[in-house]
Amino acid sequence: MSAPAKLPRWADLVLLPAVSLAAALLLSAGLVAVMGESPVTALRLLFAGAFGTGDAIGYTLYYATNFIFTGLAVAVAYHAGLFNIGAEGQAYIGGLGVGLVCLAGGSWPAWVVLPLAVAAGAGFGAAWAFIPAWLQARRGSHVVITTIMFNFIAAALMTYLLVNVLIKPGQQSPESREFGANAVLPAVHGLLAKLGFEVAASPLNLAFGIALAAGGLVWVLLWRTRWGYRLRVAGANPAAAVYAGINPGRITIGAMLLSGALAGGLGLNELAGSQHRILLDFPGGAGFVGIAVALMGRNHPVGICAAAVLFGALYQGGSQLSFDLPRINRDLVVVIQGLVILFCGAMENVWRGPLAALLARLRVESRESRGESQK
Amino acid sequence: METYTIIVLLLAATIRVATPLLLAALAGLFSERAGVIDLGLEGKMLGAAFAAAAVSAVTGSVWLGLGAAIATGVALALVIGFACITHRGNQVVAGMAVTIVVSGLAPSLALAWFGLGGQTPQLTNAAQRFTALPWPGAEAARAMPFPGLMYAELLAGHNGVVYLAAALVPLSAWVLYRTRFGLRLRAVGENPHAVESAGIPVNGLRYRALLISGVLCGVAGAYLSTAANAGFVRDMTVGKGYLALAALIFGKWRPVPTLWACLLFAFTDAAAARMQGVALPLAGVVPVQFILALPYILTVLLLAGFVGRATPPKALGVPYTTEK
Amino acid sequence: MSVSPERVPALDLRGIDKRFGPVHANRAVSFAVRAGTIHGLIGENGAGKSTLMNIVYGLQSPDAGTLLVQGREVHFRHPREAIAAGIGMVHQHFMLVENFTALENLLLADGAAAGSAAGRAAAREKWDRLALDHGLDVPLDAVVGELPVGVQQRLEILKALGRKAEILVLDEPTAVLTPAEATQLFQLLGRLRAQGKTVILVTHKLREIMAVTDRVTVMRQGAVVAELDTAATSLRELAEKMVGRSVLLQVEKGPGFPREVLLEVEQLAASDDRGVPRVKGISFQVRAGEIVGIAGVAGNGQSELLETLAGIRTPTGGAIRLAGRDVAGDDPAQRRRLGLAHVPEDRLKLGVVAAFAAEDNLILGQQERPEFGRGVLLDRRAIAAGCRQAMAEYDVRPGDPRLRLGAFSGGNQQKLVMAREIGAGPQVLLVGQPTRGVDIGAIEFIHRRLVALRDAGKAVLLVSVELDEILGLADRILVMNGGEIMGELPRAEATEEKLGLLMAGVRAEAGHED
Repeated sequence: MSAPAKLPRWADLVLLPAVSLAAALLLSAGLVAVMGESPVTALRLLFAGAFGTGDAIGYTLYYATNFIFTGLAVAVAYHAGLFNIGAEGQAYIGGLGVGLVCLAGGSWPAWVVLPLAVAAGAGFGAAWAFIPAWLQARRGSHVVITTIMFNFIAAALMTYLLVNVLIKPGQQSPESREFGANAVLPAVHGLLAKLGFEVAASPLNLAFGIALAAGGLVWVLLWRTRWGYRLRVAGANPAAAVYAGINPGRITIGAMLLSGALAGGLGLNELAGSQHRILLDFPGGAGFVGIAVALMGRNHPVGICAAAVLFGALYQGGSQLSFDLPRINRDLVVVIQGLVILFCGAMENVWRGPLAALLARLRVESRESRGESQK
Repeated sequence: METYTIIVLLLAATIRVATPLLLAALAGLFSERAGVIDLGLEGKMLGAAFAAAAVSAVTGSVWLGLGAAIATGVALALVIGFACITHRGNQVVAGMAVTIVVSGLAPSLALAWFGLGGQTPQLTNAAQRFTALPWPGAEAARAMPFPGLMYAELLAGHNGVVYLAAALVPLSAWVLYRTRFGLRLRAVGENPHAVESAGIPVNGLRYRALLISGVLCGVAGAYLSTAANAGFVRDMTVGKGYLALAALIFGKWRPVPTLWACLLFAFTDAAAARMQGVALPLAGVVPVQFILALPYILTVLLLAGFVGRATPPKALGVPYTTEK
Repeated sequence: MSVSPERVPALDLRGIDKRFGPVHANRAVSFAVRAGTIHGLIGENGAGKSTLMNIVYGLQSPDAGTLLVQGREVHFRHPREAIAAGIGMVHQHFMLVENFTALENLLLADGAAAGSAAGRAAAREKWDRLALDHGLDVPLDAVVGELPVGVQQRLEILKALGRKAEILVLDEPTAVLTPAEATQLFQLLGRLRAQGKTVILVTHKLREIMAVTDRVTVMRQGAVVAELDTAATSLRELAEKMVGRSVLLQVEKGPGFPREVLLEVEQLAASDDRGVPRVKGISFQVRAGEIVGIAGVAGNGQSELLETLAGIRTPTGGAIRLAGRDVAGDDPAQRRRLGLAHVPEDRLKLGVVAAFAAEDNLILGQQERPEFGRGVLLDRRAIAAGCRQAMAEYDVRPGDPRLRLGAFSGGNQQKLVMAREIGAGPQVLLVGQPTRGVDIGAIEFIHRRLVALRDAGKAVLLVSVELDEILGLADRILVMNGGEIMGELPRAEATEEKLGLLMAGVRAEAGHED
């Protein structure tokens, strides 16, 4: 038995996730064949569904917005040595904050309501993450388990609120009334139209820009500030953190607050950006997609944005796929997502050894061929 | 209905709800006692539920369905083992991943094979399901409220899986605390290096623990789709795997306390269904969602040390390597 | 070739070779261990002793070479096979399940069934008898985690003997023992030899080799450099072979000129992570311009003392004064601001983040200093420049600030830590085991730096289990035993004999603290 093989940095950052993704897609292609459809057709439809038209791209980026938020949430916690499985619940509660502000701000101008909604989404998400964080920092209860539990508690709480409190009177389905026009994040096609560009209508909205900005902010915070340094030390070596005068408990709480706040951004995109009301189960598993996105994006904002677009494409293309191929539905995308998590997060040691050997051989061969003659 | 009857029926429902929970919790118990975090309980159970219903629907035999369920549980456990034991991958991630894969795969296959929008066909034939075992005089006893109704509803009136789950509790305790295998299993979850140094292969033990977990999840899944229900529907485990994990923690990783935790959690579930809108003395109407969330709240409180303390196996979640 | 059974070596290693990536841990190691003897295997930390013994015990397999046990060639792929061949091992870190009882730990190693009550009773009888036969007193029903380390070690030996081990390997067995426990252990090893067992004693302590072994193999940098009869060698010769040159560590330093008290410790008490008191009300002072050495067998409270002084561990009582100010309630960051620096004993555990670049390790603990940033932001350029400068000054190789710290050798890692801690300009430097796992060249460098710091008028508190290091560097020596200071000696009066007595817990009648 030996330690996991060491790979060059670029291979670790790019090649390994690429191989994992390829393996996930290959397995899924096999599955498509088993289900009696052509994998090539499926891939073509998937691609066309995700990028073929203007509105398809809009939808893809709209889904990606959710995944950037949750992917960043998972990544920030990861760098602090925490596995936040609770992005789903934090997004759900964060959305509650967004929704409450949007419902309450009936007659306020948009420039008051929308920043308040952003703050409320982040604040509610952070608050929901605070409890597991505090419990881990001060009571030693493991954040993996408590955040799972908090997902269920959040779901129960939201169901209760929607069924009993927030429901629009005289309505059957548990949804709030619609937000006013002043509490709606402007759609990207609308913004572009004002600038004279005509693009197809889609739910893509300003939250996408906020998500990208959040990615930049996370990068600066983690790699360019003293706080980020403390956070990464605490995540990489908690004992060394104590030695360096860093309080790991405080880092745990700070990291989870930021993580929850980022997850809360999903509520912004979904409710203020697209649905314009509070409804049941709007995160729709995006919190878990965030895990796949963070793993594949190597917990770096740039990688996360790329992986989020990829998953956005899978979600958008996947729903297109189920229209055209009767034997396939959107669940296929969930399979791919699970396989990516499996291969990127739990099985990368499987590829690591062979890849290291392959790279070593390629290097030797290229050296030999250079020695022999100029090709 | 009089209170007595309500209580008996409530307890009977508790037993039915507790059965898959208990099977999954015991599955997690073996895995986690050996040092492997089992976040794949939900996925293994869901996959098994699909396999059981699909095979039972096609072959008409509930037993073949059970076999397929166990095979599925074991296969998924082996995937986790391959990732986490052989290749020392992250156990939390592997369990999550398997759960997510299955939650997409099961309805995908169901759609492709049966064309029913992600379900399996209804199991209408008696041979396709586990049905209540006939107990002598159970029907006659029902007429006499006490103790006849209790006999008919609580003792009799269940299918074989329920009794199997009940029997597994003392059996698990015996295996863990009274056999050589159990001693080694507990040791490998505490200090795998000590086990390796004693000449016992760590990975072999952990694989065996995962296999047991796979088998038990298989039975739990089969119970869901071929005993408690008549077929597979999308996401039919609805978080039972995580609830089982909570019960396992609440039971402090020990079989008998885990049984009580499962019964408690199942009782809240059964009670929630009955308490919809019912006003309790003092408390008034308790929201059903609060009752449903209670097991999770209780587990968090326990983990935080506010109600007792749960100490996990020391090596839980730590990949084993021979290097320092 | 006909040889009588007695002449067949119990263990015969032929050309054992093992690499871990770039590290050549064992280079064609060959030697034989005669049956019925105590054979010493000596070498510095990192000489390849542990790797070799892991190969003998089947925990690792060699890249090349063969292994013969009682004359038979073996290829262990697993400890199980080594155990079957009659090899038992007592690891440096005990292989015990702490929340099991002693008996449960023995049953784990035992093939016998533990199922029935009768089976348990029979097993208990068997182990009781075996313990009695070998004079190994172990309470079978006690929970292992609550037993003293000496007893845990006896349990480990009992475990190996119960599996019919003919060859017993002990890896650094005295590292955690008191001198009295060590003596008991050596008596036991003598008894085992008398019973015909073969013992391999792996250690880096010369005295132990001289005291108990029949023959000794010396390893250096992965290779065997000498094989000697103990009776025909001397401490000095062994030391020379071990370090590869003829002079024992000798630091050039002039007399010290101690001035005002910078660090004062009064009735300090601290407990370990399990709540066991490890520092029991000790008091001492360290002055500007002196190096105070704390000697003692590992595990006598030195680690806890150092961690408490640094602010990593909360004291359970007493006062710590830094330049007159009580800092017992301050965290490590506050103490650093007051002029304290700390080179920790366990570098990889506490002192560095192996996954970070060298430059990011150079600001560990200094991350709030104004020169490394503006406001809340870090200044990457200043950090890189600072790192390059430190690397040049401390001769760290390779001099690449972006290289992962884990990729540096132990010596270069330690030089980086020294550069960081001394570079912070401290008034008081705490140093724990400064040369553990460090190559000879770096040792000299590090020692010179410590003396230079003293000469610059700073206070240095040096904790080391290497007596030579203490004797070479310290101006004043305190000896710790069982969490207390047994005595204090000025360097001029300190001899190995006097220190040895104090380390063994025999209180000195003279030279005691006033």
